[in-house]
Amino acid sequence: MMNSLKTNNQIEEMRIEADQVCVDYNGTVALYDASLRLKSGCICGLVGMNGAGKSTFFKALMGFVRPSRGIIRINGLEVPKAQRNQAVAYVPQNEGIDCSFPTSVWDVVMMGRYGSMNFLRIPSASDRKAVWHALERVELIDLRKRPIGTLSGGQRKRAFLARAIAQRASVLLLDEPFTGVDVRTEKLMSELFIQFRNEGRTILISTHDLSHVRDFCDLVVLINKTVLAYGETSEIFTDENLTRTFGGMPPDLLSGPTSSESLS
Amino acid sequence: MISLLSSASPISWLLDPLSHDFMRRALMVSALVGGVCGLLSCYMTLKGWALMGDAVSHAVMPGVVVAYALGLPFSIGAFVFGVGSVALIGFVKQKSRVKEDTVIGLVFTGFFALGLVLVSKIRSNIDLMHILFGSPLGISGSDVNQTLIISGLVTVILLLFRRDLMLYCFDATHARSIGINTGLLHYLLLSLLSLAAVAGLQTVGIILVVAMLITPGATAYLLTDRFDRMNVLAILSSSISSIIGVYLSYWFDIETGGSIVLVQTLIFLVAFLFAPRYGILKSNSSIAS
Repeated sequence: MMNSLKTNNQIEEMRIEADQVCVDYNGTVALYDASLRLKSGCICGLVGMNGAGKSTFFKALMGFVRPSRGIIRINGLEVPKAQRNQAVAYVPQNEGIDCSFPTSVWDVVMMGRYGSMNFLRIPSASDRKAVWHALERVELIDLRKRPIGTLSGGQRKRAFLARAIAQRASVLLLDEPFTGVDVRTEKLMSELFIQFRNEGRTILISTHDLSHVRDFCDLVVLINKTVLAYGETSEIFTDENLTRTFGGMPPDLLSGPTSSESLS
Repeated sequence: MISLLSSASPISWLLDPLSHDFMRRALMVSALVGGVCGLLSCYMTLKGWALMGDAVSHAVMPGVVVAYALGLPFSIGAFVFGVGSVALIGFVKQKSRVKEDTVIGLVFTGFFALGLVLVSKIRSNIDLMHILFGSPLGISGSDVNQTLIISGLVTVILLLFRRDLMLYCFDATHARSIGINTGLLHYLLLSLLSLAAVAGLQTVGIILVVAMLITPGATAYLLTDRFDRMNVLAILSSSISSIIGVYLSYWFDIETGGSIVLVQTLIFLVAFLFAPRYGILKSNSSIAS
């Protein structure tokens, strides 16, 4: 697994490079001068209030919005090219998915393989092996035939994580991964994230849940329309920075895991 | 067309109509169109495009009229106006602050009104009633050919792109993030919708064609949690209700389009009440699973 991700040995591998990225929607600035460089093998928290530009930044990383200025590279490539290499996986929030869609856990994880399949998307033996392996890692192998709608929130989250694993993406973008998951899933996910880091993947976690960021993110990016600060979590998580990030609110937010939701 | 039912045995009920050329043709076309629309209806219902289906099917009206007036195959005119209406909906939505469902309602009624005006102005051999309500019993040879070509085309494209379209309906964000061209899939699905609307127009007419494009999918959706099985169930329920509808129309001298859609609606009602897992009268044991 590690070998498959290490493709470019000559230069030091930069998974994500964003240089002075600006995004605006019909004249409304959503993000300006956002710069960020993430190496292979790190877990990075993307922290900001609702509307601070977290999802815009994700969309820019996935090529859904075109920056009006600035450059984004993933694994040294332009975003569309990186996508065709299956480099980027997005793990959605539970609310973003139609849970009553008639599809099984196995089929959802198989969707992670589509980009590597032929035009008709007929799975090969190696695709099936990748799906099986991914389901084992998230401990859902026994539930593989279940309709996706019958899973709990945490199990569903693991299914989408398995899809990202099956895709063999080197960059994982996770949107609020800890919202509405059970203790078992939370523990499993944090273990998986550390394994991913050791495999050379880079994980970017969008959240306003500060306690989880402190627990296991190596790096943190504070965002409020632009990148206010980024670096080692211990250095960045200062009262002053957090006050700036959360628009002048007192930094005792740190004590409450979801307190920023009450702000928005 | 009507024979008294008293003397007929069940076998002759089924076989008598088949002695007529027009009935064989009507049954074949209705079953085929029903199957194609049924398959497409899975995508429409899962994508939440019921309103879009209604819009496109109404918007093809002026296209049909113009094509007839110019002596072109009506499907070409219908296709142009169907896709054109969708492009217009997208354009108005993007450029104004009006909400999408309002724009959809606005555009399709505008197109439909244009069609009505054109029909009244371009005096030709177009029968407004045939366009509005369908006339599978009176379908002409050239219309049969067009319907066969359209049905074949839609089926082949749906089969080739079925996995990508399913993914597009389920999770378009993921589809895009792995490099699939979702813009292409969007317009592909809309083009298929326009084509299927033209085909459905032959059997049930413009007003009711949206039923062909959503009811079978909705019925199948209540019966299964597997996409492939949903496809098969939608095709079967749609084809079978089309055949039953044509027979009922023959024996009881009732309007064919209405009869087909009514049978479809009744099948939905049965699923709504008695579907094993999702029917409202389901046994309590299935809740536990």
